Formats: sequence, structure tokens, C-alpha cells
Amino acid sequence: MSTPTTPQPPARPRLGVFKFASCDGCQLTLLDCEDELLGIAAELEIAHFLEASSEAAPGPYDLVLVEGSVSTPEHVERIRRIRADARHLVTIGACATAGGVQALRNYADVEGYLATVYARPDYIETLATSTPVSAHVPVDFELRGCPIDRGQLVEVITAFLAGRKPAIPNHSVCFACKRRGNVCVTVAHGTPCLGPVTHAGCGALCPTYGRGCYGCFGPAGTTNLPALVPLMQRDGMSEEDIGRFLHTFNVTAFTALEEQGQPGVTDAEGPG
Amino acid sequence: MSDPTPRYQELRIPSLARVEGETALHLRIHDGTVTEARLKIYEPPRFFEAFLRGRAHPEPPDLTSRICGICPVAYQMSACRAIEDACGVVVDGQLAALRRLLYCGEWIESQTLHIHMLHAPDFLGEDDVIGLSRSHPEHVKRGLRLKQTGNAVVELLGGRAIHPVNVRIGGFHRAPTRAELRPLEERLRTALDDAWDTVRWVAGFEFPDAECNADLLALAETGTYAIESGVPTVLPYDATLPPYGFPLRDFTDHVTEEQVSHSTALHSRLDGRRHLTGSLARWAVSGHLLSALALEAAREAGLGDPPSRAGAGRGKACRNPYRSILVRAVEVLYAVEEALRIIAEYERPAGPYVEVPARAGIGHGATEAPRGLLYHRYAFDGGGRVTDARIVPPTAQNQGAIEEDLRRLVQAGLDRGEGSEAELTRLCERAVRNHDPCISCSAHFLELDIERTH
Ligand code: SF4
Ligand code: SF4
Repeated sequence: MSTPTTPQPPARPRLGVFKFASCDGCQLTLLDCEDELLGIAAELEIAHFLEASSEAAPGPYDLVLVEGSVSTPEHVERIRRIRADARHLVTIGACATAGGVQALRNYADVEGYLATVYARPDYIETLATSTPVSAHVPVDFELRGCPIDRGQLVEVITAFLAGRKPAIPNHSVCFACKRRGNVCVTVAHGTPCLGPVTHAGCGALCPTYGRGCYGCFGPAGTTNLPALVPLMQRDGMSEEDIGRFLHTFNVTAFTALEEQGQPGVTDAEGPG
Repeated sequence: MSDPTPRYQELRIPSLARVEGETALHLRIHDGTVTEARLKIYEPPRFFEAFLRGRAHPEPPDLTSRICGICPVAYQMSACRAIEDACGVVVDGQLAALRRLLYCGEWIESQTLHIHMLHAPDFLGEDDVIGLSRSHPEHVKRGLRLKQTGNAVVELLGGRAIHPVNVRIGGFHRAPTRAELRPLEERLRTALDDAWDTVRWVAGFEFPDAECNADLLALAETGTYAIESGVPTVLPYDATLPPYGFPLRDFTDHVTEEQVSHSTALHSRLDGRRHLTGSLARWAVSGHLLSALALEAAREAGLGDPPSRAGAGRGKACRNPYRSILVRAVEVLYAVEEALRIIAEYERPAGPYVEVPARAGIGHGATEAPRGLLYHRYAFDGGGRVTDARIVPPTAQNQGAIEEDLRRLVQAGLDRGEGSEAELTRLCERAVRNHDPCISCSAHFLELDIERTH
């Protein structure tokens, strides 16, 4: 609210943050930008961000960040309404860009899942699938990760404010490992690692901690999955192990890779 | 002359802000009497307990951390403990200390997030942390600094603050050197002052009168304030009942999840009664084991002395949910102190983890997530594959107590003549946020529907 004597501040672009099926970790990444948060709030009007604010102003929004996957009939309706209200829509995280960990149900019997978790499954409204936002509406940019990386999120918001394309490279975790000067865990220690086929963004965290990448950023732009499989087998993984390895946090994205002609994993369905 | 037809007023608050996850509240008011207070959790089912089946025994910590982005360490720690229990492995010494350090980091950042960003705006009449940063900039800055320090602890030990990658069954993928931990010390010393200032700040808030008439359930550990281990211990609301504990393996005999009629919810009960976990419960059950400094802060904050099970009658449990922010602030101070102590005593262990060989069996694990007791149970076959998983998160346990709070508060509000939708909405939102609910962690319940007729 402004009094007539106060000059009207320039209109700031309006930000909306929306949640579907998720753990809230990607939204929280926004709250974890402690150093940048107040700056972001100065540049953007936070119009809708329920995790952080009681203020829930209606659209239209200039920038919409969507966390979470589409997994109920109500979600299907809601994502369409949000898209209609959004000038620029960015999905944040593996849930919103690939269906997330809850997409494991897509390869299982959901009736059985319901019966496992709920005594009265007939009351539960759910879809048999957990799908990415892009399966329902056009998406302007997809930010990978489970969770997303803070630096990449700030880059996406900065790029939006500057009206340019976000500078998010499409290469694999291996590049980041080299840049960080890590010794390759696969070559040096025989540790199975999905780094060669996983999208960069985390700064090669797992190898830095002596662990193989488990693919939480989903597939990189160009990958050669069939070339990696024998390496993982050499390092003691069975086909079933490899299936589970690929079919966890970005199950639909890695499956899509296989369907695009990168076979090599016979147990594509994972367990259960 | 009274209206011959009963007057119903339905208040729907479609979404509650500043709670993690998504919730709606459905109240039914009949002739000025609240006949129903229903917290609808429309967090969609994510089926963790189902898709854990068939997974190999090292996998649940990474998988279950994705239940909640705000307390992933809690999920990793409860899962590790349950798996290690099933495999007959005990992680102790410096590896256990590192786990406690990691958990202290999560307590600092998660409790600080709740205090400054989600809860304090309620006491100061602001909509959110952005408003708060305009009216109380120095407090918000201090909160962000404190939260960053908590994140720095989790990031150093875990690689990143949300879904840390360095945790594994048996310990860590990599244990830090003493030198690597040292830079944390300086930040933590600043955090100690910040935590004190936070206690003083929240102590000056105005606390409405309220009492949560529920049993308090928290872990108790010998000689230390329980965080990453302990025995479930109950302080009943009914003062004629003595405090009691039970073995963790009997957890689901005591904490039962039942389906209420007309409901899709699993509704937890503790030995048939309503119960509450979280800061208030921890303070009541093991407050006397806090450090001298934290106890001094608690006294200064007006919490007085905690109840002492040994010297009965010395102090008092705090049952006012509005005051839970005080206990949270004291716990942050304690966690900072603990982190400093662990770092000072740290010696790098011989290996970053102990082997956890797979075997058939059932294991139980519980730890104190910032918002309350989090229980995991896994059954494994001989090949180390999960055959059954059970997760009882804190918010699911607290739901009954929260709803009772809501019912009582709305009734009191109506009796005071505060019947407008805006007034009731504000009242209810505050009441829910008092309990720091994490709705995402309601991994397997959806909607609660209790009918109360009076
Ligand atoms: S992508 Fe991962 S971190 Fe982000 S909301 Fe989904 S589960 Fe959480
Ligand atoms: S190394 Fe792989 S699994 Fe680890 S954080 Fe990075 S992308 Fe995720």
C-alpha cells in the first residue's frame, strides 16, 4: 500500500512457487539461499509461496517455479490452471522434471502399493502414475536435481530477470569431477558410479566424498549408457543391481533413455 | 426465540501457509459449538513404504531422506539405526559422535528456520519472513546467519544441506579430518552468541494461554539429551499416571495407527491416548539432561526448571504449544554447544564406516527429528532385501493433539466473540504452526475426519 505522496515503486515481476507431490526440498533450496534471499525478494514480488508466506495472491505470475510431480486427478487440473496463469514456467527438481522418486509406482502395481500402505485403499485418490509437469503442459525450463542446486537456482532466476537463457550446462558429472580435481572413483577404486551419464549441477558431490554418483540429477544431455553397463558389471553389480541403481530418483528419465535406443539394462523395471 | 433449524457454519481454510507441505482445515461449528476440527492433509501419497520393498539393505537411508527435505538427516539416521539393528551392528565411538554432530547441524538449521521464518512472524503480526525482515531486520539477519551455520555443519559432513550424500549404513562414506572441522568452530562460536540472542528475543514475545492436554512422548538417553538414539519415554497428561518407557521393538504395540470412521487417515494413538512428540515432549522427558548453559537460557526465557524424573516435583513440563518456540530456541543453543564439544573432542576414526553385513531379521530405529520422534522398522530376507517397511513420522503422531488444540482454540475464540472467518483463520494457522508440522513427512496419511458431538 502506498500513500499518494510516496512514489510508486517500479512494478516488480511476480513470482509464484507451487508444489505438487514432493518432499519440499527444492522449495527449501530457495529459502536456503540465505545470502541471496533478500536480494531476490527485492527484485521479485513473492506473490505466492505457501511454504514461506501467508500471502497467497492470485495470478497472473511472471515467473512460476513448480516443485513436485503430477500424481492425483486434482493435480492434472491444477497444473493447467497454473500454466494459464504463468508467463514463464520453470520446473524445479527431479519430481517436477522426471516424476521423482514417487514415479517408482509407474513400474509397479499401484493397487498393491495402496494395499501395502493403507488399510482402506478405496478412499485414496491417486493416479497410477507420477509424471513430470512437461507431460501435461508446456514447460519453459527444467532444472534438474534431487534436490536442485542452489547456485543453479539463482542462475535461473537471474537469467529470467535479465531476460536471457539460463547458463546451465548439459554435460555430465564427470566434467565437474575433473574440474574439482577428484580421482575417478571407478578407475581408482572400482566403485560403481553413474557420473558419466548423470547431468552436472551438484559439483560432483558424491565422488568428492568417495562415493559413486547415484544419479540424482538425472541423465546428462549426451550419454552412452550401454558403454557404462559393462563397467558397473566389472565392479560387481548384477543386472538387477544396475536396474535398481538407474531406477530410483529419476526413474522415468533413465527409462526414457533406454527407450530412445540406449538399451543395456535388461531389468529395466527395477524391483517390486 | 431460538431458530428452529440448527445453524451450521462451515469454515474452510483451503491451504495453510508457512507449514511444510500442504494442509487444509475443515471446521464444523454447530450453534456456536465446534463440532468438528479436521486437518486435511492433501499431501498426495508417495508410497515409500511400498517401494522400499525389494530394495537392498544399504538403500533406505537415501530413499527415505526424500520423504522430507526439511529434516532429511532425521530420516537417514532413523533408517541407518533400524538397518544396523536388524544386522546386529552398533555404531559407536567417533562415528557415533559424527552422527550426532550432523544431527546437531540439522537441529540448528531446521529449528532456526522454523523460529525465524515460519513461527516468529505470528508473534509479531507479520505475514512472512520478508515482512519480518523489514520490521525486524537484525533478528532476521541473525536467524539467517544461524541457519547458515547449521547448514554449514550438514554440508561439511554430508556434502549438501538437503539430502546429504555422505551418510551410509555403518557411518559415512568419508570421515572428515580434524583440520577440516576446524573452520566450523569459529562459526559455531558466533552461533553460540546468536543462539543466546535468539532465546532472549523469543522470550520477549507474548504467549497466549493454552494447554495441550496430551501425553508427551520422546526418546530418553542415559546421561545426555536424546537426539540420535534413546528409549521411548512417556510423561502422561493424567498426573496420576507415572512416567514410563518401553523398548523400541514394542513401539507399534504402543503407538498404534488406526483408521477413524469416515476417514482415510491413519490416526496415531499412544496406549489409546492422544499424544504429542517434539520440543515440548523432549523438554519434559529429558530437559534435566541439557547442559548448564542451556538450562540457564531456559530459566532466563521463563521456562523455569524442567521436570526431573529423579527428583520429582523440581520443575514443570511446559504444555503451552505457543511456548514451544522457546524450547526450540533453547535446543538450538544446546545443539550449537554440542557441536562445539564434539568437534573439540574429535579424533578421526580408523575407517569412515563399520561393515554392516546383510542378514535376515527385523530392525527398529528411532531418533528425535526436530519436530519429534521418528520411527522406522525394516524386515529383511536372508539376501538383505527389504520385505517390509514401516515409518511412523512425528506429524502423524501429533495430528490428534493438533486437532484437539484447534477445536479448543476455535471454541475459545468463538466464546470471546471472535467468529469472523479472518479471525478464526489466523487463530488456526497459528495453532497449527505452533507444532512445527511437517506435512511432507505424513508419508502415508491423507485426511483426518473426527466427528465430535458435544
Ligand atoms: S526433486 Fe528431490 S528434493 Fe526436490 S522435491 Fe522432489 S524429492 Fe524433494
Ligand atoms: S554425484 Fe550424482 S548422486 Fe551425487 S549429488 Fe551429484 S548428481 Fe547427485
